[in-house]
Amino acid sequence: MVNACGLSFSRFMLVIGLLFLYLPMFVLVVYSFNASRLVSVWAGFSTQWYGALFEDQQILSAVWMSLRIAFYAASMAVCLGTLSAFVVTRFKRMRGRSLLSAMISAPLVMPEVITGLSLLLLFVQLAELTGWPADRGMVTIWIAHTSFCSAYVAVVVSARLQEVDRSIEEAAMDLGCTPLKTFFVVTLPVITLALASGWLLAFTLSLDDLVIASFVSGPGATTLPMVVFSSVRMGVSPKINALATLIILAVSLVAFVAWYIMRRNEKRRRSGRLS
Amino acid sequence: MNRDPIPASLMARVRTRLFNRRVLFGIPFVWLMLFFLLPFALILKISLTSSVMAIPPYEPVFRFAENTLSVVVNFGNYLFLLSDSLYVAAYWGSLKTAFLATVCCLLLGYPMAYAMARMPKHWQLVMLLMIMLPTWTSFLIRVYAWTGILGNQGLLNSLLLWLGVINEPLKMLNTNFAVILGITYAYLPFMVLPIYTNLVKMDTRLLEAASDLGCRSLTTFWSITLPLSKAGILAGSMLVFIPAVGEFVIPELLGGPDTLMIGKVLWEEFFNNRDWPVASSLAVVMLVMLLAPIVLFHRFQSREMSKHG
Repeated sequence: MVNACGLSFSRFMLVIGLLFLYLPMFVLVVYSFNASRLVSVWAGFSTQWYGALFEDQQILSAVWMSLRIAFYAASMAVCLGTLSAFVVTRFKRMRGRSLLSAMISAPLVMPEVITGLSLLLLFVQLAELTGWPADRGMVTIWIAHTSFCSAYVAVVVSARLQEVDRSIEEAAMDLGCTPLKTFFVVTLPVITLALASGWLLAFTLSLDDLVIASFVSGPGATTLPMVVFSSVRMGVSPKINALATLIILAVSLVAFVAWYIMRRNEKRRRSGRLS
Repeated sequence: MNRDPIPASLMARVRTRLFNRRVLFGIPFVWLMLFFLLPFALILKISLTSSVMAIPPYEPVFRFAENTLSVVVNFGNYLFLLSDSLYVAAYWGSLKTAFLATVCCLLLGYPMAYAMARMPKHWQLVMLLMIMLPTWTSFLIRVYAWTGILGNQGLLNSLLLWLGVINEPLKMLNTNFAVILGITYAYLPFMVLPIYTNLVKMDTRLLEAASDLGCRSLTTFWSITLPLSKAGILAGSMLVFIPAVGEFVIPELLGGPDTLMIGKVLWEEFFNNRDWPVASSLAVVMLVMLLAPIVLFHRFQSREMSKHG
């Protein structure tokens, strides 16, 4: 009723925006099945690039390396990020709280080249002073990814923590629960979904990072984005198209499952309210 | 005054609880101090050294010899940045490109967020996932997709030639246009999301009141909706602008030889020239330039994080 003309204009822009977001990805998927190397020529349907992808040892070992780093970094980032979100939202008068909240929000926008360079300098100086880390590689990438991913987790979790009804926590403590037990029995079950989405976000961020990993990595550790980057720098590469299609497929599946769970929860909540 | 003595057991419990709180607070605090804040001090330190052929390739600031501690500070890198027009041009190019891309994101993203916020609830969820999904796939691969589209023999040129709009391929890849397009494409979701969260919380009764009082829809938008969504616009713009200034991947893949952006210059100084001190001073200057936008973003973010209770 309000602003009908403006609404139809913005609907039109939404369609345009979604087309803009999805057409390039659609192009990659289509051309991953192209028999020809060239983008401008359609030489028939073929799955040869998928075969070539699975024979490329360099890509496969980089995938394994990236998955491991992303798993460890996401898990650590969830612990650290949840803890930061908890202390920032609950300990209002703690000294250093404003500094901590600044250190949580700054990594969200910090240009990656700065973060990467600064962490590399830290690792180099640490190695000079203490002898650790002796060589850079998986562990240094893991630490770097944990640091910037935990900021994203903290934002996701703190949004949920603010919605949690504090009176239940207070009731549990009045009934003699220790704060630790209260956290695990009362608070944690309510924020589980936020923890899961925070973990997934951290996992994809770590899996995706090229710049920070390039700075802090050593000769031993090559992650997937580094391999992809060095091959797309040379131009169009059909193997990468096949890889992109597989990534898009995996992400779409996870997004669909997430949508299904959220929809079911919403329905359950609604029916619970009615009955 | 006679007060009941506080039982020792209660005092002990309060003390352990306070101690526990400090430990809980200390863990993320120390981690972020060590792996986020301290590294910036190190960048500043290295930017004041001079480059040498060694491992690591810079001279120490503090030297201790013959019972004297000497501090060697070298401002040469900063003077060098000022004297070479390449660096000034790169900073200017970064700011200009990031600004134009932010404007493009805002012009496209605001109407998208507006349409989403006025949809039925279950459609909002689907749209949110649709907007976020691209950011969960590989950033690198999504940028690379444009090289196949924009190239001289790419999809867009082939289409335009086939339609007869142009007679010879347009040069689109490896231009500044491609860089702005790429940044707009990659960062669009980060503009839509904060504006959407802002618009969806807006009290629609205000809009109804305005229209009841005879406000025309465009006037309502300019005088109510837009001012009320200022915080969302600000957060979205900062989320696009600040990282875009230091962007490396997009200018590297889509930009040409005349695309000067500071992230790319820093990368080349570090990896190709192995000049760590100059790379560090480039980072310091970039950080100083971005300080005001980062503080602005932090203000918004900390308000978001401590709204209730």
